[in-house]
Amino acid sequence: MPKLNVNGKVLDHTAEPDTPLLWVLREQLGLTGTKYGCGVAQCGACTVHVDGRPVRSCVLPVSAVRPAQKVTTIEGLSPDGNHPLQKAWVQNDVPQCGYCQSGMLMTAAALLKDKPKPTDAEIDAAMTNICRCGTYNRVRAAIQQVATGQKSAGLDIVHVVRSAA
Amino acid sequence: MKNPIKAALNRREFMASSAAGALVVGMHLPALAQGVAAGSAAGTTPEINAWVVVQPDEKVIVRIARSEMGQGTLTGLAQLVAEELECDWAQVTTEYPTPGQNLARDRVWRSFGTGGSRGIRDSQDYVRRGGAAARIMLIQAAAESWGVPVADCTVAKGVISHAGSNRRTSYGKVTGAAAKLTPPVAASITLKDPKTWTLAGKRLARLDTVEKTNGAQVYGTDLKLPGLLNAAIKDCPVFGGKVRSFNAAAIARMPGVKKVVPVGDSAVAVVADTWWRAKKALDALPIDWDFGAHAGVQQADINAMLKAGLSAEQAAVGNRNGDIQAALAGAVRKVEAVYSYPYQTHATMEVMNATARYTPQRCEVWAPTQNGEAAFAATVEASGLPAAQCEVYKLHLGGGFGRRGGTDYVRQAVAIAKDIAKELPGTPVKLTWSREEDMTQGRYHPITQCKLTAGLDAQGQVTGLHMRISGQSILATVAPQSIRDGKDPVVFQGLNDGGGESMIGYTFPALLIDHAMRNPHVPAGFWRGVNLNQNTVYLECFLDEVAHATNQDPLALRRQLMAKHPKHLAVLNAAAERAGWGQPAPDVKGQKVFRGLAQCHGFGAYVAACAEVSVSAAGELKIHRIVAATDPGHTVNPQQIEAQVEGSFAYGLGAALYEQCTVKDGRIEQQNFDTYPILRIHQMPKVETVLVPSGGFWGGVGEPTIAVAAPAVLNAIFAATGRRIRDLPLGTQSLKKA
Repeated sequence: MPKLNVNGKVLDHTAEPDTPLLWVLREQLGLTGTKYGCGVAQCGACTVHVDGRPVRSCVLPVSAVRPAQKVTTIEGLSPDGNHPLQKAWVQNDVPQCGYCQSGMLMTAAALLKDKPKPTDAEIDAAMTNICRCGTYNRVRAAIQQVATGQKSAGLDIVHVVRSAA
Repeated sequence: MKNPIKAALNRREFMASSAAGALVVGMHLPALAQGVAAGSAAGTTPEINAWVVVQPDEKVIVRIARSEMGQGTLTGLAQLVAEELECDWAQVTTEYPTPGQNLARDRVWRSFGTGGSRGIRDSQDYVRRGGAAARIMLIQAAAESWGVPVADCTVAKGVISHAGSNRRTSYGKVTGAAAKLTPPVAASITLKDPKTWTLAGKRLARLDTVEKTNGAQVYGTDLKLPGLLNAAIKDCPVFGGKVRSFNAAAIARMPGVKKVVPVGDSAVAVVADTWWRAKKALDALPIDWDFGAHAGVQQADINAMLKAGLSAEQAAVGNRNGDIQAALAGAVRKVEAVYSYPYQTHATMEVMNATARYTPQRCEVWAPTQNGEAAFAATVEASGLPAAQCEVYKLHLGGGFGRRGGTDYVRQAVAIAKDIAKELPGTPVKLTWSREEDMTQGRYHPITQCKLTAGLDAQGQVTGLHMRISGQSILATVAPQSIRDGKDPVVFQGLNDGGGESMIGYTFPALLIDHAMRNPHVPAGFWRGVNLNQNTVYLECFLDEVAHATNQDPLALRRQLMAKHPKHLAVLNAAAERAGWGQPAPDVKGQKVFRGLAQCHGFGAYVAACAEVSVSAAGELKIHRIVAATDPGHTVNPQQIEAQVEGSFAYGLGAALYEQCTVKDGRIEQQNFDTYPILRIHQMPKVETVLVPSGGFWGGVGEPTIAVAAPAVLNAIFAATGRRIRDLPLGTQSLKKA
């Protein structure tokens, strides 16, 4: 049975070799945080990391991912949603509908790993993901907040600690 | 009239069915903990009223009838309820009531419709009364238990106090007693003055953010149910065409395939264990189409059809004053221009989808929908079951923008589940469209052209304006019964004389705005901003043309025409002043920066924008900065309004610069984002939002600003280049200096 190393676990699947990694993650492994948006590597909603590099999983055949390669999805970006970018996303109320945000976060995480202090031009070049709600300015602000170590990007949002669900 | 369903289900039964429904959801969908599932959290706790459940552990569940699709309505409505309820905001969660429950309870939650920027403004009064009524009952329960007058009790953050006896209790402790009390008459409740608000009107963080940053948010496409099958669908690419035949045997042995299902007379679906296998099999399925009567229609045919409407004798009048014929006949000079606006598609990031489960006794649907009740009605109709045997569960939407007010995908899902139920009754089937299906089976922003003629006197003053719109009516597609005498009133958004919803901000000595309806075969739909978008391009760019033709400052000309429209003018002034209109904009990297203005009123709110752009010698456009002003009357969450205003420029500028669907051989040519580009981060300007709420009315926020994005930038492009862009989108039109 074919195997994939996803979020630190070795998992079996039964997908045909030409199945895009996206659909193996979503339909065989139950990891639905990674989204389908276009199927042609245009929108970036399906972005995951393979050995730390961002890839568009909707066009990557699962057979092209070797069992030794490490796949990371949004569910594995941090143990409990505390990656600095996830925290900055929350602090800046970045998401609107939220559908593109897994891909945005995975792309941004790979960018900051590569370039901890990206310029605006480097953010532009890396963050080619489509957001139909238009959260781009808050995406940029949240990335810059993490890159510069600021506490807040100045949006003056009141956060109230919510009781445990 | 007696409601049989209401008679069948009393309140106690609702509670029981609610808990049972929640249990089903809870068992199958542990990840559905947000949104829908607060319902499961409610468990058997009786509600205080339809809007509020307080649990013994102090958690407050606010029921939200409108859909959350990114616009922030979920949080805003919860703020309004919590404001009147006087509960602890940290304890607030939300849940969607279902359309079936709404019907059974005589529409206690009223409309579920989420469109037209109406989510908050249409429901604010009764949701606030719901919160206030619950507060009154909770305090009354405490007062009665203490045997003291209600008037002597106070409440703050869910803690009720009686100063005279120094006693305190909490909402969670009295919730059971409060639920048994007779509710106060809604009309007798005095709502708080917005000036005293402590939760509403504040810059609170959204309630739905964390799940959207860790992959936990469950959208319709993510739904998991036991035994779930998946369907991929292909509808006839030419609108109005049909399926002649298909060869199911050719794909029957492909992996995972369960069944090939005809859907209506125009579509075929493949049902398989996974969606990827269903889609692969569908792509391989031989389908013989009867493309029908429109297979020969080309974009040029549609353009010519609309062009003829520009000079047609018959036209429906939207706004008229004075004698326009005389004004134009007597004009010393005329300015005339023809504009056009294309078909555009919503392209929600989450493609259309719905999950249905059918047995001869019950049909359930899980759907991202902007109108739960319309989805419910579609479920009833498509299933053929009585309403009491149907239900729809809503999920947060991965974008709506008007597309999900439609129910085509719900009907398809029910038809497929019903067919599958012949062999496998009760097997849920999730229908997911491909992006290609999404782009080619849209309900498109209507296509129009507009001819504008202004008469001028010897001093260059405007003596009359004729605005002839030719083109498609949305209502002709979605609600033809509401068209009277060939007039679709929605066509005139932003151009009406009064009414409070979408009013023109100018007064002309003579004015005629009329519409020659021309409906091509391509289905039209409500597309975020709707007809305000192109109407504002037409009017605001043309007034800019008039200003330049008469050597007037575009702001000065507007101010003169807006003297009788002080609220429009105040917002325009706010944008112009913040941007620094009248002083030159600072250069950016050696490039001169130019400004353009636009304003409008729509969805009950006044908006304006000033755009700053530069255009290089090679004709490369850069949009550096947008200043956008908004007067929505009351503001419920200013930082969410800012988010909507920012997003409006992504949507509106993408539409102005890139987005266009074209027709070839009767079908839409663009199938994916490679041929239908969406604005991306490197093209996104800075946006400064100026909120100038004047109070006294409730205006919408999610849509109006979109309309000023394109004309503000197009007017700035003219200032920079002398080139007047009249056909949208800008696309590949040259911007080298004229």
